[in-house]
This record gives sequence, C-alpha cells and structure tokens, in this order.
Amino acid sequence: MKLRYFAWVRERVGRGEEEIALPADIGTVNDLMSWLAGRGEEYAHAFENPKIIRAAIDRNHVRPDTAIAGAQEIAFFPPMTGG
Amino acid sequence: MSVIIRLQHEAFDVAAETAALMRGRTDIGALVTFTGICRGAENGDPIVALHLEHFPDMAEAEIARHVDDAQARWPLLGVIVIHRYGRIVPGEDIMMVATASPHRQVAFAAAEFLMDFLKTRAPFWKRVESAGASSWVDAKAEDDAAAQRWDTRDDAAE
Repeated sequence: MKLRYFAWVRERVGRGEEEIALPADIGTVNDLMSWLAGRGEEYAHAFENPKIIRAAIDRNHVRPDTAIAGAQEIAFFPPMTGG
Repeated sequence: MSVIIRLQHEAFDVAAETAALMRGRTDIGALVTFTGICRGAENGDPIVALHLEHFPDMAEAEIARHVDDAQARWPLLGVIVIHRYGRIVPGEDIMMVATASPHRQVAFAAAEFLMDFLKTRAPFWKRVESAGASSWVDAKAEDDAAAQRWDTRDDAAE
C-alpha cells in the first residue's frame, strides 16, 4: 500500500510517501490511523488527533469509516486551506 | 463550454486569461472573475511569504469534479480555475476563478460555488513564512459553513 502525507502530517511523519505492507485486520481509514499512530514517536505525534486529519483513497476524499479494501494509495492531510 | 484548469507556480494574468476565454464569442453576456491575493499580514502579524503545498493529481481531479458539478447546476459557457503553488509573496495573485454565462446570476452563483469548494476540498495547504518563523494556516469554520450551504454531496467527507 502506498501512503502519502501532506502539510504538517508530512512534517511530523518525516516523509512525503512510503510503501507499507499493512496487517490484514485493518478495516477502515480510522483503523489505519490508529495502527500508524503505534509505529513510533513521529507517527504518534502526526496522528495524535485523528479527528482533525482528512484522508483520500485513490485521490478521492473519504470519511474515516471508509473501508480501505482495494485501495492503491491512501493520503492523510490536515483540513485544506487553499483558495 | 470551455474549461481551463491549471495548477502552476508561475504568475498568471487575469486579463489575458479572460480575454482568451472570450475571444470570438458573442454568446457570453456575463463574466465574473475572482482573484485571491496574498495579504501582507495574517491575523495582524506581517508575513514575508506564503508557501502553498498541494497534492498535484488529486487537486486537479478535485477541481474538475467541482467544475462538473457547477456545469450540472447552471448553464455555464466557460470556466477558468488557476491555482498557484510554491512560494508567493504579498501582493501576488494566488488563484483565480472565472465563470461565463449568458446572464449574471449564474456567473455569480457558480463563481461563489467554486470558491467555497476550492477553499475546503481542493488539496492545498498554506504555510506562513514570517520573520524567523513558519506556521501552517488553520482551516476556518466559516469556510466549511460556506461550502455546506451548497448542500454537499452524500459521498463528501465531513
């Protein structure tokens, strides 16, 4: 699975993207954030408040309860501030 | 319907962009343009520059989805969305939206619709560079409220 991070999520994780083999029991985007938070200090910091982090699966916005099955790429980022 | 969506670091020229949209056309009776400009202060504190980070492929796809939505809602004859990324200094343009239609109501409404969604759904993030410091701009609740008044699609996050 390809994971991508943007803005302060990227800064806290310390990289913009990575390939990770995920355990089979991760069902949803929320589950994935909890699992990532347990991968080390930098991930714990990035995902300490998952409620404010947004996610996209294959470049479409998704809710945290969305299943990740079949996803090629999942991105995590803060609320957007463009415009 | 002519649609131009561009993400670029380089500056753009609103007058040249809209002139290109209008060239040779006599069906357009209303053209609304909005330009977002980098302010020299954020919350009262002077800034040196804004740094715009974006998610390139998704940003283009997401803007295109909202342009499609706008076309489904209103009889538009042309749309331009240009959004810059990278370092932008105060006084420079950040982004523009132009909407063209036979009559003004549609052009105004579609421009506002596109702006409300660009603020909250297009994957761009602003970081403020100020003297000796750097900080991410927080999303604003009023921007979410502005987008929600358009009756967000069922599949929308949040």
